[in-house]
Amino acid sequence: MKVAVVDYGAGNLPSVERALRGLGADIERITQPGQVAQARAIVLPGVGHFGAFVRGLRDRKLAEPLRVARDSGVPIFGICLGLQAMFASSEEAPEALGLGFFPEMVTALPTHVKSPHIGWNQVRRIRDSRLLRGVPEDAYFYFAHSFAAPACAAATVAACDHGISFAAVIEHENLFGAQFHPEKSGETGSLVLRNFVESLS
Amino acid sequence: MTLARRIIPCLDVDNGRVVKGVEFEGLRDMGDPAELGARYNREGADELIVLDISASFQGRATFLETIRRVAEQLNIPLTAGGGIRTMVEGRAVLLAGADKVTVNTAAVRRPELISELSQQFGAQAVVLSLDVKRKNGSWEAYIRGGREATGRDAADWAAEAVQRGAGEILLTSIDRDGTRSGFDCEVTAKIAATVPVPVIASGGASTFDDFLSVFTLGGADAALAASIFHLETHSIAALKKFLASHGVPVRQTGLDKTPVHSATENR
Repeated sequence: MKVAVVDYGAGNLPSVERALRGLGADIERITQPGQVAQARAIVLPGVGHFGAFVRGLRDRKLAEPLRVARDSGVPIFGICLGLQAMFASSEEAPEALGLGFFPEMVTALPTHVKSPHIGWNQVRRIRDSRLLRGVPEDAYFYFAHSFAAPACAAATVAACDHGISFAAVIEHENLFGAQFHPEKSGETGSLVLRNFVESLS
Repeated sequence: MTLARRIIPCLDVDNGRVVKGVEFEGLRDMGDPAELGARYNREGADELIVLDISASFQGRATFLETIRRVAEQLNIPLTAGGGIRTMVEGRAVLLAGADKVTVNTAAVRRPELISELSQQFGAQAVVLSLDVKRKNGSWEAYIRGGREATGRDAADWAAEAVQRGAGEILLTSIDRDGTRSGFDCEVTAKIAATVPVPVIASGGASTFDDFLSVFTLGGADAALAASIFHLETHSIAALKKFLASHGVPVRQTGLDKTPVHSATENR
């Protein structure tokens, strides 16, 4: 199965690509709108700043083709900031527009807990999840973020608590997202990526 | 649901080899960084830290290659640093496959380095390496591998670094480093209470009780050790089992208990 990994110019892509390749996926790193249009499955990894990320997508003219891909049923998997970018906006860069696949706003983690939320945490299942199939209930995932989408978002299938409840895994039709880094979450994370890759065939 | 306390092995790398400093003796070779990294990844380390301690230009040049080789072995986070002076060097470390970069000396001399790295890569990618020595009931920050005092109070500098965008503090007690007399829980508690970001305690680890203390008394979010893991004095799994039995939340590699194939059979 061929998986397109979106390169927006600042992320640590090799680890995501290595993890997917290890599961037998063919990886194509894409930077052009035309490549997005041809992709059969898309992974949208992201680290850093929401504003820089969505600007990077826009500057490369990738936002519109991603929206078209969403509409035509192409599976899209957003990781960390990639998940956040699927929402309408973020407190991190109020002036920047997200991809708007989901209507909610990404907000800062509260100040009474340590932020960034860095480390391994567990998630709480809210609905049946395709990404978490076969993953033990008490499994840990590696998180590294200061902002998060609300747990009450309609697409949330698993939530995590760190000061507030936030969306740890989202799924809606052909859209998938993980606030944690599956490529950094050991065997558990590898199983999440495997579930995504296997859902493509 | 609780954030697990992390156990982090550290690789000090000189000229492409993992070394351990032995007092008055110099450096002892401890093996290949990629091999050790792979072992810790397998044994349940929560993260790996690789620090360049090369003095030579040649040694420094091989560090990016070391990061690349280590990163290839891991499916856990990798932090790398040691002698990072500029934005360009920090960026190179991250692009070589590290998830976070540590800064120390250059950040003390030019604190804007922290802001610049944080703005570009996010606070979660910037770790302030803070080496401290006890002085009159307080702690002073040191640079250049513990050789030079800064005259700055460690807690003040930590607070400024976080305010500038550091997302984590790697706190090393120079007094305890290499002594095997336990972590300095006092300074760990002090810094952990000062900054709103996670603190990784380092220096002095010897026994399981040392780890328990630094989490309970020190309030550390993570604890780092090198030689006790390299020398296989302790296994990470046994350490985590001990911590869990004392109520410290740790990640015990769950899929060791539930093999991947059986977990996916009932699809």
